Amino acid sequence: MNIIIVGLSHKTAPVEIREKVAFAPTAMAEPLQQMLELPAISEAVIVSTCNRVELYAVSRNVDAAVVELKQFLADFHQLQLSELDEHLYRYEGQEAIRHVMRVSASLDSMIIGEPQILGQIKTAYGYASEHKSSGLILNRFLHKAFSVAKRVRTETEIASSAVSVSFAAVELARKIFDTLEDKTVMLVGAGEMCELAARHFVNNGISKVLVTNRTFSRAEKLAEEFAGTAVSFENFREQLHRVDIVLSSTGAPDYVLSAKKMKEVIKDRRHKPMFLIDIAVPRDIDPLVNKIDGVYLYDVDDLQGVVQANMKGREKEAAKAEKIIEEEIIQFQRWLSTLEVKPTIVALRRQMDGIRQAELQKTFANLNGLNDKERKAIESMASAIVNKILHQPTTILKKSQNGSDGDLYIDAVRTLFDLPENSDTKAAAESDDK
Amino acid sequence: MGAMTLLFNLTMLVYLLATVLYLVAMVGRRPQPGRIGRWVLVAGVLLHAGSFAVRHASVGGAPVTSLHESLSFFAWCLVLLFLLLDLRFRLSVMGAFASPLALLLMIGSALSPDVVVPLDPMLRTWLFPVHITFAFLGNAAFALSFGAGVMYLIQDRMLKSKRFTGIYRMLPSLDTLDKVNYTCLSFGFPLMTLGIISGAVWANTVWGTYWSWDPKETWALITWFLYAGLLHGRMTIGWRGRKAAIFAIIGFLLLLFSFLGVNLLVNGQHTFEVFTEL
Repeated sequence: MNIIIVGLSHKTAPVEIREKVAFAPTAMAEPLQQMLELPAISEAVIVSTCNRVELYAVSRNVDAAVVELKQFLADFHQLQLSELDEHLYRYEGQEAIRHVMRVSASLDSMIIGEPQILGQIKTAYGYASEHKSSGLILNRFLHKAFSVAKRVRTETEIASSAVSVSFAAVELARKIFDTLEDKTVMLVGAGEMCELAARHFVNNGISKVLVTNRTFSRAEKLAEEFAGTAVSFENFREQLHRVDIVLSSTGAPDYVLSAKKMKEVIKDRRHKPMFLIDIAVPRDIDPLVNKIDGVYLYDVDDLQGVVQANMKGREKEAAKAEKIIEEEIIQFQRWLSTLEVKPTIVALRRQMDGIRQAELQKTFANLNGLNDKERKAIESMASAIVNKILHQPTTILKKSQNGSDGDLYIDAVRTLFDLPENSDTKAAAESDDK
Repeated sequence: MGAMTLLFNLTMLVYLLATVLYLVAMVGRRPQPGRIGRWVLVAGVLLHAGSFAVRHASVGGAPVTSLHESLSFFAWCLVLLFLLLDLRFRLSVMGAFASPLALLLMIGSALSPDVVVPLDPMLRTWLFPVHITFAFLGNAAFALSFGAGVMYLIQDRMLKSKRFTGIYRMLPSLDTLDKVNYTCLSFGFPLMTLGIISGAVWANTVWGTYWSWDPKETWALITWFLYAGLLHGRMTIGWRGRKAAIFAIIGFLLLLFSFLGVNLLVNGQHTFEVFTEL
């Protein structure tokens, strides 16, 4: 039994291709149904996000399944397979397991550790279980992948640092101020980056926003958006002592804030710390300001430096995550290998023989004075009972091998008779080759 | 004696465990061991209190006369105040400062001769334990403000230089650290003041003089003025942040000197041997 992935992602295909093969979330029934109807395939899940389109399937015949899946992807979107083929990747067996676990844990994302992808795969799985296109293996597999993603998130720091300039600014502010709730932000100038950063601050609890701009009407307009107050550009310096965080992005050729002015401001606010973010190029705030006690000045390069350091940190954490995934792959494969018919029958047989022998010994211990002939008779009776009981289940298991619900029977037998999971891995691997 | 030593050693072991947990939390940048460390310290502070109770019963008075006893008492005050501060500010990282310091004090205590000093009944007025308790609680508060000050300076340095090392993530915000500094100061200063006053009154009942300018008294007074200056600066001209942190650090170093340095370097009525001589 093999898990197979066919798909493309931001790493292999440009957006022009990705958008052509995307599946609409509102109409998943049809593609899932069509996928299930492919002869070599027994289970189906479709993951479609703006960065990747992937088909997850289960099959006994990997090569046939891959051909069918590729063709299906092209046909469904009325494309020629030749257009797509160079962008498609395929994974099977262990590779496929690793790939899905990595994707869910956000190790394969454009920004490593971004949190959306897990939700997107969960949604994709939701469609599949709604339309009953996923079965025993993919159900168990995807739940495993989700729990691995959660493990990665809690056991590594993969998603704990900001990787955008405006989030980095908010994070730094949290290192200076104990809370943002009662703080005031002032926007000096109305650059787009500034606005974005201000929005992040507001989303993180900042309640008061002041806006100033050379053109007062623009200041008023922006202030309205943030439910803040507009301040005239001539007077904004007089308001600064009330401000905790300054976001500056004017188009001015010179500094609009000097170190001298900031020294006065900080004295006026009784040395309460200030966080100044200068997003303008050329810069708005004299870099010497950073030397003033209690004033923390960050320009665009500083923030980008923080972001880059965080990215590097995430890559380091990703290495830890890969280790976790390798552990989990082994565990999952152990379960998967038990779903093979031959080792299941062997294990079942062994179990029954064990019972037979134990019971025979018990009986013989109680019955003294049996002659050899009588013993033989009892022994062969016990063997006959076991053989007769096992005959029908064994036949059905062997037959079910070729049907689509064979795994269900195997899993049921394993559960009903409580067969051990790991003792047969070797036998399973051997039967895999056939 | 058996129960006393057992409790003492057990306390030391528990502080060691807390130290390990807090350091693991800090180095591994994980909150979980720190959370466990908190409860371990709670257990430690209770055990420690138990050991004092047993000692009190067997000595028949406040067990704070020998160096062995007072180092141990200082450790107890430190852990107690840290736990209270942690309750208010969630300062898990500071555990990596407070618990090793408590452990060191306990080791120091274990290494100094464990003699039960037969204190002259004259000295055993109720004022004596009051004096000691206030003084040590004050010292413990200042020790914690020292820790907060060091953390403040580290964080301030990193934010200014824009270079962040591993510990950065674990540190609380500058505001929080400054509040810790202020809280410690506003508890530590009155405690220290009461400690000095009660000490003076006690000295008067024992020696007939309130103040005798022994080196420890002099250094304590210098330290007191420094903290008074800091408190004044904070309340009136808005001193805070870096400046307050530096003051807290200098203040505690002075305290350490007047507590330990004076004992080791000069002789006066506060040195611990004095009681045996009396």
